[in-house]
Amino acid sequence: MAEEVKLFRTWSSPFALRIVWALKLKGIQYETIFEDISNKSPLLLQYNPVYKKVPVLVHNGKPVSESLVILEYIEDTWKQTPLLPEDPYERATARFWAKFVDDKLMPSIWHVFVTQGKEQDEAIPLAIENLNLIEEQLKGKKFFSGETIGLVDIAFGWMGNLISVLEMVTGLKLIDAEKFPLLQAWMQNLSDVQVIKENWPPHDKLVSKFQAIRETYLATGAPK
Amino acid sequence: MRMGGSESGSDLKLMGTKLSPFSYRIEWALQLKGIHYEFVEEDLKNKSSLLLQLNPVYKKVPVLIHEQKSLSESLIILEYIDETWKHNPILPKDPLERAHARFWAKFVDEKLYEAANKALFSVGEAEQAKANESMAEALQLVEGEMMRLTKGKTLFGGDGIIGYLDIVLGWVGYWFKFGEEAAGLNITTDSTKYPAFVSWTHHFLQLPLIKNNLPTPGELLRVSRLVMLRCGKITE
Repeated sequence: MAEEVKLFRTWSSPFALRIVWALKLKGIQYETIFEDISNKSPLLLQYNPVYKKVPVLVHNGKPVSESLVILEYIEDTWKQTPLLPEDPYERATARFWAKFVDDKLMPSIWHVFVTQGKEQDEAIPLAIENLNLIEEQLKGKKFFSGETIGLVDIAFGWMGNLISVLEMVTGLKLIDAEKFPLLQAWMQNLSDVQVIKENWPPHDKLVSKFQAIRETYLATGAPK
Repeated sequence: MRMGGSESGSDLKLMGTKLSPFSYRIEWALQLKGIHYEFVEEDLKNKSSLLLQLNPVYKKVPVLIHEQKSLSESLIILEYIDETWKHNPILPKDPLERAHARFWAKFVDEKLYEAANKALFSVGEAEQAKANESMAEALQLVEGEMMRLTKGKTLFGGDGIIGYLDIVLGWVGYWFKFGEEAAGLNITTDSTKYPAFVSWTHHFLQLPLIKNNLPTPGELLRVSRLVMLRCGKITE
């Protein structure tokens, strides 16, 4: 039976990028459908009526949404190049940190990104605390998964590179080499991984996009 | 065929409370698989140093300690239990069914949970109306999926068989009901709007495993009222 795999994404969505990396790591052929978020296709709305977001993976006509759910689906379906270890405790640990990235780490960094002045100053400690927590997970390891990348690297990977964009746009250095030597090294190692470096969205385009996003937030937020 | 049998989970402790629906999820799962465990009751108003040490990130229950390794986050613990003790499986086998189960679990614990909290604890008429609508919408989404997810059986695991989504939805079918009562709401018991959900609740709460492992209505009403008093939603 011919496999048909489609990925609905945008050029910049970091969540969709997770799926690109996972599919490419496992050598799965797929078709990309780029969505315009300001003008979502009827097909996207049909495939993800609950959240109406990208990414959506469609496998033989059946859609799966929510990037971490999609990653587990890919792992369950295609067994080559596993993203998760075999041991149940190690799997639980990986899932925990991937969820932490989405539930705590990302929102706290985002909050620093969309604020300025006093509000930003107050947001920074939480972001640093969360970065510290994840830095600890890298002790004695090249990647969160060990020698090769896995679920947590894929979950956090986009931030690993996007952080330089956010730092450029805000003028703030969040991940400095002195405070976060392991994260710094990890970002370096990550950017050497083929599927990651070959699929990173264009840097300049990202800078413009996030510049615009920050300006919008600052304009609509309370003046400081 | 469901195998009974009891297996001693060597060195297995569950830190939880007898009120938290998330803590009960783990008890249901362990008892479903016939695994012995030691229950360590936490006082959430005075968290033990052990809890804070084992779950420094979220500082919450439940925490499962197995062979001296600790795990937190109930959905992650459920998957761990399923992978460690393979009899009486909780999650479906098929990858797409697993994806649907995980997707809806996330929805129930995030969107539905947020809506439920707003419906129970919002203050003011306009806020309440908005909150009720959000809750109704979120529950309607679940209702719409129930036939497909249960495949027409009484529970998500099968006819009379507990599965992952049964365990996950438990708080909606029981805890929330008493919150509603305390708040004077009537959302989840509307069987004309939510026939599949109401039917599921009925079957779920009848299971001996569940029936014998729930806080009492009195306790839940009391706690709900306390929180509502504190946030100014109701007055004594």
